Amino acid sequence: MGFPEEVLEHVFSFITSHTDRNVVSLVCKSWYEIERWCRRRIFVGNCYAVSPAMMIRRFPEVRSVELKGKPHFADFNLVPDGWGGYFYPWICEMARAYPWLEEIKLKRMVVTDDNLELISKSFKNFKVLVLSSCEGFSTHGLAAIAANCRNLRELDLRESEVEDLSGHWLSHFPDSCTSLQSLNMSCLSSEVSFSALQRLIARSPNLKTLRLNRAVPLEKLSTLLRRAPQLVELGTGAYSAEIRPDVYANLTEAFSRCKEVKGLSGFWDVLPSYLPAIYSVCSRLTSLNLSYATIQSPDVTKIITQCPNLQSLSVLDYIEDTGLNALSLSCKDLRELRVFPSDPFVANANVSLTEQGLVAVSEGCSKLQSVLYFCRQMSNSALTTIAKNRPNLTCFRLCILEPRAPDYLTFEPLDVGFGAIVEHCKQLQRLSLSGLLTDRVFEYIGKWAKKLEMLSIAFAGDSDLGLHHVLSGCDSLRKLEIRDCPFGDKALLANVSKLETMRSLWMSSCSVSLGACKRLSQKMPRLNVEVIDEQGDLDSRPDNCHVEKLYIYRTVAGPRFDMPSFIRTMDQNPTYRS
Amino acid sequence: MKKKDYKVTAFLLFFFSLFNFFKTNIFTSTPNSPFPTCTLLYNHFCILLPIMDTTFTLAAADYGDEDELELGLGLSLTSGAYAPSSNGPISSQVVGWPPVKTYRMNSLVNQAKFSKNEGEKGAGEDITSKKKKNINHENKNDETVTKETGHSGFVKVNMDGLPIGRKVDLNAHDCYETLAQALEIMFLKASTNASFIRTEKQQRSRLLDGSSEFVLTYEDKEGDWMLVGDVPWRMFLGTVKRLRIMKTSDANGLAPRFQEKNQKPKNKRIELKK
Repeated sequence: MGFPEEVLEHVFSFITSHTDRNVVSLVCKSWYEIERWCRRRIFVGNCYAVSPAMMIRRFPEVRSVELKGKPHFADFNLVPDGWGGYFYPWICEMARAYPWLEEIKLKRMVVTDDNLELISKSFKNFKVLVLSSCEGFSTHGLAAIAANCRNLRELDLRESEVEDLSGHWLSHFPDSCTSLQSLNMSCLSSEVSFSALQRLIARSPNLKTLRLNRAVPLEKLSTLLRRAPQLVELGTGAYSAEIRPDVYANLTEAFSRCKEVKGLSGFWDVLPSYLPAIYSVCSRLTSLNLSYATIQSPDVTKIITQCPNLQSLSVLDYIEDTGLNALSLSCKDLRELRVFPSDPFVANANVSLTEQGLVAVSEGCSKLQSVLYFCRQMSNSALTTIAKNRPNLTCFRLCILEPRAPDYLTFEPLDVGFGAIVEHCKQLQRLSLSGLLTDRVFEYIGKWAKKLEMLSIAFAGDSDLGLHHVLSGCDSLRKLEIRDCPFGDKALLANVSKLETMRSLWMSSCSVSLGACKRLSQKMPRLNVEVIDEQGDLDSRPDNCHVEKLYIYRTVAGPRFDMPSFIRTMDQNPTYRS
Repeated sequence: MKKKDYKVTAFLLFFFSLFNFFKTNIFTSTPNSPFPTCTLLYNHFCILLPIMDTTFTLAAADYGDEDELELGLGLSLTSGAYAPSSNGPISSQVVGWPPVKTYRMNSLVNQAKFSKNEGEKGAGEDITSKKKKNINHENKNDETVTKETGHSGFVKVNMDGLPIGRKVDLNAHDCYETLAQALEIMFLKASTNASFIRTEKQQRSRLLDGSSEFVLTYEDKEGDWMLVGDVPWRMFLGTVKRLRIMKTSDANGLAPRFQEKNQKPKNKRIELKK
C-alpha cells in the first residue's frame, strides 16, 4: 500500500472494534507496525493469556486497558479463593510503561488498596476506573483514587466485593474535582457523608450516571436530584421512608425535573406508596432495573405499562406471567429481558411465573434479543414457540431451578425445545442450558449453533458424545463452561486443536481423568491445563482418578506461577511424564 | 447377558424402584404441585424402558441408596446420580446452583429482613420472607442513614487439614444448627463428584454436639477465637468475622456445649495449639 503512515493511522483511527484491529494488523508487516503504534485500546479477555510485558512490548501507546480474570463460574462460588486473577503484575508494569494511561477496566480480578493507590499516583491523566465483580480492596483504596485522580471522569464499582471500612472515602474528592461524569457506588454498604455527596454532585455539571448505594435515604434523594437535573442514569438508594406527604411531593417534583433520565435502577427496600413519584420519567425510560425491588406484580405492571420506550428490563419473578403479559403489550421496543428468582432455593413456586410469561414476551416484543430467565417449569412446545417467534435472539439463558427438570407436560427431556432455539435463532451468540437434557441436545447445538460463542452447561448429557458434538460442531465457540456432566476424556482428547481456538474451557464435577489432563497438556503446548483439587494431594493421585475442576485456556505466556498449592498446571515436558 | 437375564434384572429393578418410590413418599409431605412426584415417576420410568434395549443412554436416577447399582452391563448409576427432593429446598447444599450471583443473594436476603420489618410498620404489602430476623431502623437526622446489618453475610470458612477455604452465607441461616449442617455437608461429606444430598431427617450436627473429631469455632471482632454456639445467634452474627473447623484436640479451654436456658452463656476463649 502506497499510503503514507499518517494516512493509514488516520484510517485506522476509525477502526475501533478489537477484532477488526487484530485483523488489520495481520494484513502485512508495515500495517502491523503502524497499527501497533496507534492502538489505544486493549482488551485482554483472559489475563493469563498474555503477559503484561508482551502487551507493553507490542503496544507502547495504549490509553485504555480492559482485563478479565477469573472464570465466569467464579460468580457462583465454584472457583476457590486464592485462584488468582491478580491485578498486581499488570499495574506494576503499566505504571512504568503507560504514563498516559486513561482507562482501566477490570472484571473478576483481585485488586488491592496498594494497586489502587498506584493507579492514582502513576497516571496523570487517569479518567476511568471500572471494577466489575472485583475484590481484594477496601474503601481506603477508593479514597486514594478520589484524592489523587484530578481528572476522574468515571468510577464504577459494579458488584465488586469491597471491604467497607467507612463512607469517608467520598469526602476525599477535592473541591477542585469537577470532571465526574459517572459514579456507581451501589455495591457499598456504608453511608457516605451526605453533605460531601451533595457538594460533589453540585460541582459536577457533566454528571450523567449516578448509582447511589442503599444507605442513601429516600428523603434525601430529591435534594440530590435537584442538583443534577442533567442525569441520564439514576440508581436510587433504599426506596422507602416514613409515609410523609412532603417527602412524597418533593420526590415527585424532583423526578419531574429530570428530563434526561433514561435509565433507573436501585430500588432496594421498596415501599410501593412511593413508586408513583417516578411515573413522570417513565415515558422516556429505555432501561429499568427493578431486580432488587421486592414489589408485587400489580405494582411492577403499573410502572412498566407507562414505559413504551423500554428496551431493557430486569425484574424479579414477582412480575409473574400477568406482568410479563402486560410487558409484551406495552413495551414493543424491548430488546433485553432478565427475570431473576425471588426465592431460588425453594422447590415449590412462590410466585405464578411460568414459561407462559416468556412465551408472551417472545410473541409481543419483536425486537427481543437477549433473555435471562429463571423459572420452575418449561416445556418443549414453549421453547419451540419462543424460537419460532424470535429468530433474532442473540442471547438465551434459561435456568430452570430444579436441576434435570424434564418437560413438565410430557416428561421428556428438553432436547427438542433447545434444539429449536439453536435451529431458528441463527445469530445466537450465548446460550445457557438447564433442565433434563440428553446427548441429543448437543447434537442439535453442534449442528445448528454456528455463531455460538459462549455455552454454559449444567447437569446435562449422557456421555462424551455430547461434548464431542459441541467441540466439533460449534465453529464460533470461544467460551465453554460445564459443571456436573458425564463428559470425560474421549471428547477432550479427540478435539485438542479446537481448544486452541477457544479462549477457555471450564469443567467441574465431570469425568475427566488426571491422566487425560496430562496427555492433553503434552499435546498442546500453547494451552494451560490447570487442575484444581481441593483435597490437595495431586501428586499422589493415580492417573485414572477424576479431577474435580479443570480450567483450560490458550496462552502465549506459558504456565503461570501465582497459583495456590491446590491448583496445578499439567506439565508440558514429556520427560517428566509419570 | 442373555435376554432372559435382562428381563429378570428389569423386574427386580422395577420392584426395587417401586419400593423406593413408596418409601420416599411415605416420609415426605405432599408437594403443592404434582411436578416433583412426576419427576420421580419419570426417572423410574426412564430406567425401565432402556433395559429392554441393548444400546441406550441412561437417564440418571438414584434408587435411594448410594451403593453402586450394577446393571450387569458395565454401567453404574452413581456419578451424577440425582433424586429430586419433593418438598422444601432444592439442593441448596449444592455449590453454585441455581446460578445466582452472591452479590444478588446478599441483597435479597438483606431485603427480606427489611420487608419483614416494614410489614410490621403497616405498609401492608405481602412480601414473602423466609428470614425471621429484623433490623432496627435508627431515627433519621441530617447525617445518619439506615445502616445495614454488618457485613455482606459471607464469611470465610477454613478447615484444619484442607488447604482451601470456602465461603458460607450466614444470612442464609437463622440458627446454629442449619449453619453447622451446611458446613458439615460442605467439608465433611465432600466427594469428588458433586452429589445431591437427599433431604432426610437430620441428626443434630456433630460439629456442635462434640461427637466429631472436629469442632466449629469463629474469630470475633476482637480477634479472639471462640467456640460457636455459646452466644445467642444474633449476637454471634454481629461479632463473627470468620469460621474455622478445628480439630477438637487443638482447641483447649472449650466452654461446655449445652447451657441451661436460664444460665447466661459464658464465652470461653479457646487456647489454640500452634
